[in-house]
Amino acid sequence: MSTKKTVDVLQGVIGGAEASSLLPHEATTHNAEPVHHGHSHAGDSTHAGGHHLLQVEDLTISFTMYDPQASSFFRAAKIKKAVIEKLSISVHAGEIVAVVGASGSGKTLLADAILGLYEPNAEVSGRIWFDGKLQDAASLTALRGNGVSLVPQSVSHLDPLMKVGRQVQGFAKSETPEERKIRQRRLFARYGLDESVNDLYPFELSGGMARRVLLSCALMDDPRVIIADEPTPGLDLDLAVKALQDFRAFADGGGGVLLITHDIELALRVADRVAVFKDGTVVEETAVANFASADTLGHPFSKQLWHALPEHGLKVCP
Amino acid sequence: MSKLQVSGVSFAYNGGRRILDNLSFEVESHERVALVAPSGTGKTTLARILAGYETPTSGEVQLDGSPLPRKGICPVQMVWQHPEVAVDPRMRLCLTLEEAGETNPEIIAGLGIREEWMSRYPHELSGGELQRFCIARALTVQPRFLVADEISTMLDALTQAQIWHFLLAELERKNIGLVFVSHDPALTEHIATRTIAL
Repeated sequence: MSTKKTVDVLQGVIGGAEASSLLPHEATTHNAEPVHHGHSHAGDSTHAGGHHLLQVEDLTISFTMYDPQASSFFRAAKIKKAVIEKLSISVHAGEIVAVVGASGSGKTLLADAILGLYEPNAEVSGRIWFDGKLQDAASLTALRGNGVSLVPQSVSHLDPLMKVGRQVQGFAKSETPEERKIRQRRLFARYGLDESVNDLYPFELSGGMARRVLLSCALMDDPRVIIADEPTPGLDLDLAVKALQDFRAFADGGGGVLLITHDIELALRVADRVAVFKDGTVVEETAVANFASADTLGHPFSKQLWHALPEHGLKVCP
Repeated sequence: MSKLQVSGVSFAYNGGRRILDNLSFEVESHERVALVAPSGTGKTTLARILAGYETPTSGEVQLDGSPLPRKGICPVQMVWQHPEVAVDPRMRLCLTLEEAGETNPEIIAGLGIREEWMSRYPHELSGGELQRFCIARALTVQPRFLVADEISTMLDALTQAQIWHFLLAELERKNIGLVFVSHDPALTEHIATRTIAL
């Protein structure tokens, strides 16, 4: 119902034709009216330039596969299976949006879709805007590393045959290799990786060290948006908090962060809004404060998640 | 009642820095012991030694008074931190499970493994789904001890609770001891009967 309206508002924004009509919206504070044009806002969410930093609408990802129920392997028809359906989520400038939800509900696929990384048998539809501009597959690919950075989930994203220091430096774009080297060393030092780590190969790193290397990768390129896919597993609490504080500082500096995580307790410390994912769609988008108690959460699945947290007794509710 | 003994274990990779230094402790099969230490200080290395993947530079690991067998299935099984690199990427998951022997359907059901996942390849499953296979595989060989290296960090809170509930019940039923690593203090407090700081 409200989706239609959202689209209209946005298209007005994109066209730039209704710039003057945006002013009333810019004048409203989000504290007074947290839910409008189809989603919630945090107090300090801003629409820089009158648009969202990152907006995903009606994203559907389906995979073609052979029908597993077919009587014979050779006669199996190709079927389409939707893994993400009609998903909408937005990130404002200055905001961390945490995405929490069931394992296997398509959180990593969402990250991949925003970065334009598609499996060969995937069919993707929907609209993704970055900084007010509608993107297509080619432009999303171009944005990767040039505006949108990823903190990948798996340590297998590292090149196993390249020393990690050199790997994080990547290849010089606007900067000289020397500048990149200095920047990389500074990031490593910030996360407590000493000089000797530069010359290690990925297999020589512990889980937590690899995680810090992946984190450094994302921060190398001065992105506008960071998509962090499970950035904290394997990190001890101090390091995890430090990493999340860095995301907070990045957001406070005008960036946007989409923080995909299972660690709800940690995410609540820094995030502005939480989107709860289940079976490929967002079942609830809510302010962080509502996670203080199960009663303020709307969807039954959000309540289940809340009760299952170790600090709330690791309870499995029906 | 089984007992896992670690006596005077030290370890260094290829003559490098000594990661573990003269470590001794004992775990009995009714215990659930948490290993706690900052990132990069050798928790996974210790887990590898306990499960027989590495031989300590000095010292030894004994199960009920005898060293771990060098051949065959190790009675101390490890579940790894990164399930995506702990399974063969070119093998369907039903075969990955079969390698361990015939899995009890109760384990499959208890871990919530769906029939449709069986014929898939590892890259077609999420980290949490893969980890269930890894746990099932470790339990299938009827170990005396289970070493769990951050097995639930890639799981959502609900799945984490479900899997731990099943696992704790299963450990108790089969009288399997647990050594585990976790960075989540709340989870550690909930599960552990004892904590060892490295």
